[in-house]
Amino acid sequence: MSLRPDLALIATRIAPGTRVLDVGCGDGALLASLCDAKGVDARGMEIDAALVAECVARGLSVVQGDAERDLANYPDGAFDYAVLGQTLQTAQRPDLLLGELMRVGRTAFVSFPNFAHWRTRAALLWSGRMPVTRALPVSWYETRNIHHVTVADFEALARAMGIAIRHRWFFSGDKTLGGPGANWRSEFALFELGR
Amino acid sequence: MSAAHRSITLPSPLPLDGGGSLASVEIAYETYGELASDRANAILVCHALTGDQHLASAHPVTGKPGWWARMVGPGKPLDTDRFHVICANVIGSCMGSTGPASFGADGAPLAMRFPVITIRDMVRAHVALLDVLGIARLHAVVGGSMGGMQALSLAANWPARAARVLAIATTARHSAQNIAFHEVGRQAIMADPNWAGGDYYGGPAPDAGLAVARMAAHITYLSEDGLTDKFGRNLQDRDSKSFGFDADFQVESYLRHQGSGFTKRFDANSYLYITRAMDYFDLAEEHGGKLAEAFAGASARFCVVSFDSDWLYPTAESRHLVHALNAAGAPVSFVELSAPHGHDSFLLEAPALDRVVKGFLA
Repeated sequence: MSLRPDLALIATRIAPGTRVLDVGCGDGALLASLCDAKGVDARGMEIDAALVAECVARGLSVVQGDAERDLANYPDGAFDYAVLGQTLQTAQRPDLLLGELMRVGRTAFVSFPNFAHWRTRAALLWSGRMPVTRALPVSWYETRNIHHVTVADFEALARAMGIAIRHRWFFSGDKTLGGPGANWRSEFALFELGR
Repeated sequence: MSAAHRSITLPSPLPLDGGGSLASVEIAYETYGELASDRANAILVCHALTGDQHLASAHPVTGKPGWWARMVGPGKPLDTDRFHVICANVIGSCMGSTGPASFGADGAPLAMRFPVITIRDMVRAHVALLDVLGIARLHAVVGGSMGGMQALSLAANWPARAARVLAIATTARHSAQNIAFHEVGRQAIMADPNWAGGDYYGGPAPDAGLAVARMAAHITYLSEDGLTDKFGRNLQDRDSKSFGFDADFQVESYLRHQGSGFTKRFDANSYLYITRAMDYFDLAEEHGGKLAEAFAGASARFCVVSFDSDWLYPTAESRHLVHALNAAGAPVSFVELSAPHGHDSFLLEAPALDRVVKGFLA
């Protein structure tokens, strides 16, 4: 099964035999690939009961929970890596969630759709309405994305929180982009963060 | 489906948490499916308070299908084509395993001379049974409600004996509210003049007290919405209120029926002993007050399932357990399933539960 591009990249960055927590693990695609290929102790947290049931049925260790409430129950540095794939923008308080992620994981991976992508900007500029694009296909009134964020915003938040950005990757569709103009050109961004 | 009904006498006395030991312990159990030559495909299913070993075979008194018949069988989540499924009557019960109705050395029923037992004592008896059967490590231990307590107790106290632990609609400790409801039941039994200090065998049993105990407990097994949907304020076989104390309401009639039916298949003293064992259950207390410590030596994978309408052992209790398992570094899955029937949901039709059970045991 092919992984979403950000997850595929994360999988290449995770060392064998480590402990990983995938926050908002969905159907467990990343967890399954880590367990199969690398002998990683991979755990998941997911808010949707049906997806958790799917994960359990795949033999994965996934706990149903709300990351914004339940990450608090994990000890500091409990995981080598904490992953937050395309979930940050759905949080009530993305800053607090990011703080918790950095607390439980020694390294964190965070990916999100970039609201400053040129398509989004163009849609807002020309139609004057909340963008519905390839990357953000859901209308404003039913989207789970309640805190849209741009590459520049995220970098500013990381700086303000004293979080080290170790690596950055930018994506347009399935393609990886170079760094220059990323805030315009990337539909999605992935950051590797350290303390 | 067809089960092998068996009974054994444990070869050595069973030590008890309350001190002393119980000699010549009988264990009545059933098995389904073949035990593999490597003896590694056994699943122990632990039953709830008023359950028994008749997991998927007709109950000898009521004739009703086994309490988890929908879950156990060829191709079912506990697939008897793959697994050797064992279900043993807990000690203290009344369906063939040693309990208060068993006879003492003097030939008289033990009644209140039967020692107060704990959940861990029940599990110690299960483990002794597994020793006799030559099963060193279970593929899984599975249980709902009090069965879940046994599964957790086995994982905490005999961590090498199970590779998987599936605990459904359960808790790691009895709460004040849980104890309170049980105490109502016990007092109802002991207030029945027929109880006679427990020495009622051979005479009239304290059926009225036991029925009230069951009625009170049964309410805790259902959700308010479930009761409302099923009965509302509907009247029973009448058009208007009787201005008396008959069962005017359907819900009253239903509870009376539950209560009286229960007395035909259950021993009042067993109800006292087993509810006491559940009230004493606090897995953390057994392990220095920290629940995570209970699972420090665990090597099993865990799966914890709760139901959103269960107010007897609510999801918060399962989360508490899951946090402890996480803190102990145990591989754990947890899911709160949506079901309308309250605590009893684990016994009823719940396709989502079937999928989780099947997947976890695979």
